[in-house]
Amino acid sequence: VTVDRRPGAGRRDLRHRLAGLLLGERLRLSPAVADRIDLGATALLVALAATAWLTEDGGFAGWSRALGVAVGVAAAWWRVPFLLVVVLAAATTAGLRALGLP
Amino acid sequence: VPLPLALGLSVLVLSGGSQFLAVSVVAAGGGLLPAVVGGLLLGARHLPYGLAMAPVVGRSWPARLLGAHLLIDEVVAFSRARGTGERAGRRTGRAGSRSWRSGRSAPSSDTSPAPPSRTPPPFGVDAAFPAALAALLLPALRGRGRQGGAVPAGRRGRGRRRAGGDPVPPGRPAGARRAARGGGGRTAAGP
Repeated sequence: VTVDRRPGAGRRDLRHRLAGLLLGERLRLSPAVADRIDLGATALLVALAATAWLTEDGGFAGWSRALGVAVGVAAAWWRVPFLLVVVLAAATTAGLRALGLP
Repeated sequence: VPLPLALGLSVLVLSGGSQFLAVSVVAAGGGLLPAVVGGLLLGARHLPYGLAMAPVVGRSWPARLLGAHLLIDEVVAFSRARGTGERAGRRTGRAGSRSWRSGRSAPSSDTSPAPPSRTPPPFGVDAAFPAALAALLLPALRGRGRQGGAVPAGRRGRGRRRAGGDPVPPGRPAGARRAARGGGGRTAAGP
């Protein structure tokens, strides 16, 4: 049963993606509106980062990940190189888990 | 789901969210309608992505189709952290191919409808994605905070020239103007 639905969902997805690209070339937006769209894309990504940061299966993801990512964000704030930010976050989370924090 | 089918779908679709969602809904006994509506809802977020990314993706049809295929959360974030123009375009391509290669193992973006697994991952791998995304977004947010009138005119001009050969028309959306606005603020995200 799943076989029939998944490609369909994917094709719709691609159409959404293409729609934005094509519209972006054709629309002449005022700077204010374009700025809002810009902000909207950022807001979506921030929301995605927040849910990936704090939630899992509809509940709190646990303090290890929350604190680990917080360390990563702090590092990014102090302009630590990108790869190091990722490694720091993952290593902190792993360390906290090894110490027994959920 | 048979392995070849799963792999084929990932190549064709590259849409972890819709795939997970459809499988989850069907596995939970949901009907066709929730699967379809949920997929539409997840897909709708690509509309603002596309609007913001249009200046980066080329104008030819192959470029558009490839760009649309690769238009996923991480790619947008990488490209946004890199500004616009030639550099962002190359960056987008590279990030895209990376996501494509990591494909199924890192279905990226939509961790929400992931299949239920109660045990936390032993290593901190699950912290890497949100940390990376946040690191990529910080420069953009920094630029926004500064935007309240404090951006010097000189920086604006420099950014605009760097954004590409042609001057940016006022109606050109998002990306081009972002480069003009926050030209200096994105040094942090460079790997």
